[in-house]
This record gives sequence, structure tokens and C-alpha cells, in this order.
Amino acid sequence: MKIIVNGDPLDSDAPTLAQLLEQLGKADAKVATSVNEGFVPKTQRADTPLHDGDRIEIVAPRQGG
Amino acid sequence: MPTFYNTKVTSRLMLGTAQYPSPAILAEAFRQSGAGIATVSVRREAGGEQAGQDFWALIEDLGVAVLPNTAGCHSVREAITTAQMARDLFETNWIKLEVIGHADTLQPDPFGLVEAAQHLTDDGFEVFPYCTEDLVLCDRLVEAGCKVLMPWGAPIGTGLGLNNVYGLRSLRAHFPDVPLVVDAGLGLPSQAAHAMELGYDAVLVNTAVAKAGDPVAMAQGFARAVEAGALAAQADPMDPRDMAAPSTPVFGKAFL
Repeated sequence: MKIIVNGDPLDSDAPTLAQLLEQLGKADAKVATSVNEGFVPKTQRADTPLHDGDRIEIVAPRQGG
Repeated sequence: MPTFYNTKVTSRLMLGTAQYPSPAILAEAFRQSGAGIATVSVRREAGGEQAGQDFWALIEDLGVAVLPNTAGCHSVREAITTAQMARDLFETNWIKLEVIGHADTLQPDPFGLVEAAQHLTDDGFEVFPYCTEDLVLCDRLVEAGCKVLMPWGAPIGTGLGLNNVYGLRSLRAHFPDVPLVVDAGLGLPSQAAHAMELGYDAVLVNTAVAKAGDPVAMAQGFARAVEAGALAAQADPMDPRDMAAPSTPVFGKAFL
């Protein structure tokens, strides 16, 4: 299936958000997530199925003012 | 020292973490100034990048309180989702709420700000709203549950100082018991001292420190200025007057 991760298209067979993070090497990284503009807490990533066309955001700590 | 949502802070200086020449200089600016709160953001991290993880390790080492922001958000929905992501990421209920209403001035959208503040407060957040010095807006924010207010001194990144001293003074008089922080627009320590002399509780500075030729020295300058200004406010300053009044006694002067 084709999904969009942080604005870039990606071919992925990850059935859940947790598995997508694992495939991207971010399973243990300090990140927060959303799917289709809706926040997904880290505790719910394993129970969040992914579908064709989903838009996923993965964010990390960054400098800010 | 001020108390923000039941947390007594260790310094009246809050520092942003963006735009420093290097991570080492950022860390040294914090250490040398004693700033007790660091603002941070959440941003995308590309494929193999570790920038966010490295940055977080540096902030953790500083041992300061972390205040995540919703910088760059122009809608209520975007700000709320960003706040939720920040809480998940940084494991704090604190959020510096920015809902930007104008692209050129980065002026807060007062209507969106109140709506987002209400929603986030209801959801258990402890909201630090980046706002203007408008009394009515600040009333609404307090009604929405905000226990700290962060009016701008001037637009973000301008270094113009306190553009509306009257408005900031009115705000202090109107909210004697709400911690007030001047957030944004300061360029010099003297402006931070002025904010404290008006009775403000703290200032938040980023660009003025990070973009100075020597950010560590400038951070120290701001740290001393906020202490000087706070002492002046506590000391009950004299009233200004138009006519000169000799400080040396006139009585006893030799008749020459």
C-alpha cells in the first residue's frame, strides 16, 4: 500500500503504526505520531491499523523559542 | 521566584533553544545564565536522521524544566494536535500555546487562542498562552483556565523591546496574582530589566541571546538584568518628578 510519511510517499506493508515505526528504525526513538491529522498516543500505536493513502506524521524534539 | 502551575522555578529567565551557533554554545548559555526553563518544539525527523534524538539528549543533560511550544500553528486544530504530540513526547502537561494570526507580525490570533486554551485546559494541559497585552483577551484566557499569561513585548525576533509599556503596566495592575511573563520581542537586557521593574515575573528570550555575537555573555547579561529589575520592583521605586530636588542637604552649607 502507498502511504505518506512526513509528506513523502512510501510503499509499506506495515499493518500498524507501531510496525511502521519499527520498519523505519524508530521503534525506540523519542517521537510522537499522528495519522490523517489525528494524534495517536504512543500507547495506541500497536492498535492503530494503517490503510492505503494514510498520511502519517512522525515528529521528534527540536529547537524552539 | 515565580510559581507556574504549582512549580516554583529557579530563575526569572526562560530561554529558547533555537538559532544558536552550536549545541555547545546553547548548553553554555544555559549553564552560565542559570536559566531554569527551556522552550522546545516538535518537528519532523527525516528517515535516518538523529537530530531530534541528539537535541533531546543535550536538553536532558541541562537538567532544566522543558516548555514545549506550538510554534508555527495557525489554526486551533493544528495547535491542539501539536500540543497533544508534545505532551506525548516530552511527558509534561506544560504547553506554550501559540496560535498565530498574522504571517508578517506573528501576532497571536486572540480568538483561536482562547478556543485552543479552553480545549487544552479541559484536556488537562497547563497552558502558557503567547498572547498580546490586550486586557480583554487576557481576561478570557484566565477564564479559560490559564494560570500564567505570556504577553509579547514586540513581535517575535524583532528585538524592539516593550512596544506598549502602558498596556503591559495595565495588565500587571489588572492581574496582580497571575504570573506574567514577557515573551517575545526583547533585544537587550535593559528591556528585560524594564519588564521586571513593571512587576513582571519572568521573561522569555531566544533570538536576542542566540543571535548575539557572544550568546553566552548575552545570556548572562539577561540573567543579571532580570535580577536587577526584580530587586527594583521589590524595593518600591521613588516617584519621578519634574523639578530638581537637591540630594545634598542645603542646611549647614557655608555662607560664602
